[in-house]
Amino acid sequence: MKKLLMATAATSLMAGAASAEEIKLGVLLGFTGPIESMAPAMGAGAELAIAEVSASGLLLGGTTVVPVRADSTCIDSAAATAAAERLITSDGVKGIVGAACSGVTGAVLANVAKPNGMVMISPSATSPALSDVEDDGLFFRTAPSDARQGAVMADILMENGIKTVALTYTNNDYGKGLASSFEGAFTDAGGTVTISAAHEDDKADYSAEVGALASAGGDLLVVAGYADRGGAGIVRAALDLGAFDTFHFPDGMVSDATTDKFGDEIDGSTGQLPGTDSPGAEKYAELVGDAFDATAIFSAESYDAAALILLAMQAAGSTDPQVYKDKVMDVVNAPGEPIYPGELAKALEILAAGGDVDYVGATAAEFIGGGESAGNYRVVKVEGGKFETIGYR
Amino acid sequence: MEILNALVVFANFVLIPATAYGAQLSLGALGVTLIYGVLRFSNFAHGDTMAFGTMVTVLLTWWLQSLGASLGPLPTALLALPVGIAVTALLVLGTDRAVYRFYRREKAKPVILVIVSMGVMFIMNGLVRFIIGPDDRSFADGERFIVTARDFKQMTGLDEGLAIRTTQGLTIVTAVIVVAALFWFLNRTRTGKSMRAFSDNEDLALLSGINPERVVAITWILVAALATIAGVLYGLDKSFKPFTYFQLLLPIFASAIVGGLGSPLGAIAGGFVIAFSEVTITYAWKKVLVYLMPENLEPTGLVQLLSTDYKFAVSFVILVIVLLFRPTGLFRGKSV
Repeated sequence: MKKLLMATAATSLMAGAASAEEIKLGVLLGFTGPIESMAPAMGAGAELAIAEVSASGLLLGGTTVVPVRADSTCIDSAAATAAAERLITSDGVKGIVGAACSGVTGAVLANVAKPNGMVMISPSATSPALSDVEDDGLFFRTAPSDARQGAVMADILMENGIKTVALTYTNNDYGKGLASSFEGAFTDAGGTVTISAAHEDDKADYSAEVGALASAGGDLLVVAGYADRGGAGIVRAALDLGAFDTFHFPDGMVSDATTDKFGDEIDGSTGQLPGTDSPGAEKYAELVGDAFDATAIFSAESYDAAALILLAMQAAGSTDPQVYKDKVMDVVNAPGEPIYPGELAKALEILAAGGDVDYVGATAAEFIGGGESAGNYRVVKVEGGKFETIGYR
Repeated sequence: MEILNALVVFANFVLIPATAYGAQLSLGALGVTLIYGVLRFSNFAHGDTMAFGTMVTVLLTWWLQSLGASLGPLPTALLALPVGIAVTALLVLGTDRAVYRFYRREKAKPVILVIVSMGVMFIMNGLVRFIIGPDDRSFADGERFIVTARDFKQMTGLDEGLAIRTTQGLTIVTAVIVVAALFWFLNRTRTGKSMRAFSDNEDLALLSGINPERVVAITWILVAALATIAGVLYGLDKSFKPFTYFQLLLPIFASAIVGGLGSPLGAIAGGFVIAFSEVTITYAWKKVLVYLMPENLEPTGLVQLLSTDYKFAVSFVILVIVLLFRPTGLFRGKSV
């Protein structure tokens, strides 16, 4: 009975608060379906940012924010569209954190967000196709496009003075996507890809593949494969045949398995993998404490997505998506005071005073292009048979 | 210099790999052709017999390595090989006793035996995976190279390197010895002659007092030896993985049929024809041609006839062409 009374009291308190000025924010994530195991930490991340802003009492003169969860399912576009429709028309949300997977995100954006003029910031849609989708400036994402690594890789090689490369990739979506984005970026930057050849994983012998790669030639060989599978076979055959002795490794190859197998034979080779030296991730983990797993994938991105919507509202002085959508880029990028997780109150104050902030957040967010995270990559080089970090970008 | 460089590139990427691969295929095809000649059916279980023999050798090699045994620069697997052959011989003799003998007594048609051998193939397939698992296993040790690409460049001052792996050298040497021994056995010894007699005309051989069970048993032992040696050499040179051995069945059969089923000489020729076709057709010739051609004629493309993905298709195509135009194979074996 006591519990029931408490609960009633709590509900009436909340209802009382709700009757005052209140902003609703949609949290549209894949709570059921293929990524349902990631969704709890993502939702909690977004709600953490919302609670932080609410508690500060600084947003637009003291309004509170409440999250409204909805299920985007990850694969069922019809269900996701219906859920988003409900958020906007019946709940009256002023912005949406989501959706979670690339396919449904595209569907929600085209069918609901654009017609209703609603801002969406997705924490986890990574398909390159979303980079140049028609979005009326309403769509952003705190996760980098899958194509981004190819562009970063091209930059690293160009800066190292590498002008021609041979390229081999594992014959699946990961390998093909990475290879084509790299080839595009590298060619645009003035480099030459002499050959782009697929390799199948788990074959006994890669000398024929390496024969073709060697014949095409190049300053080094880019191996977009896996360290435990075909990628290693290619490197082994290339070293044995004396075809290449330096390589460039994307994330699938940068692992201890590679250095254990080849040691100092591949000294001088370079590579990159997602990673950041920003203190944001640590601060986020402190902020979360034991509430949920702060290192869970896309949880930090979700926190940043929710925080960005609210900061953009503050910067615009309005909760109207048509107004604050133009402020998202200003808030997330330089110039301004860097803002880390747990410092949202400070950011709200600065913005209220008409100042500028550079939201760094938990993921070192920096938006490029039409409003997507540039992503952060750790650049490594093999020295003495070990991957050594030589920088971040 | 230009011509020398072209030659070195050719040797490094085509000649040496194809010769080693051809030797491995020839040994496999010899086993298939012996079964076909004497027992008169196509043994689909051959690839998995190779896998089984190699598996036994791998397990023994690991045990020897754990004891600290080694052959210096040569791989330890050579020590384990005779035992591998013996165990495999026991397995195939057992299979013959349990399965094939029944159908032989029934005078079953060859096509039934082929289907039976497929059943045996699946059982061996499962047996190997059950014992050693489906993963990649490495058991090569000793010196990796006879000549490394870097040393070769320093030695000769050429721009291009030439690498010869120990396993490649070993494959070719072993294949020559095994083939010589096999031919000596078939042509010079009494047992070998009785096998050939049995193969040429079963009824006449039986009339002249040749014991058919003995001929069959010796054939199986020879096949076990050939399969295990071929399997171990392939495993040393590349790596041991049950599924790869299953896949090898196609080029091995192509070699045996191209050469002429039942003809040992044909099996060897067929092995090299298939190996060289696979490698030369999927090789990108640009590098060789750049060295050979005058500057203004140098190719800008890769000069690659087929992408390497189509390697296995090459043996299929050759198989079809040979069956269409010369069904008995290059060396006039038995028609299929």
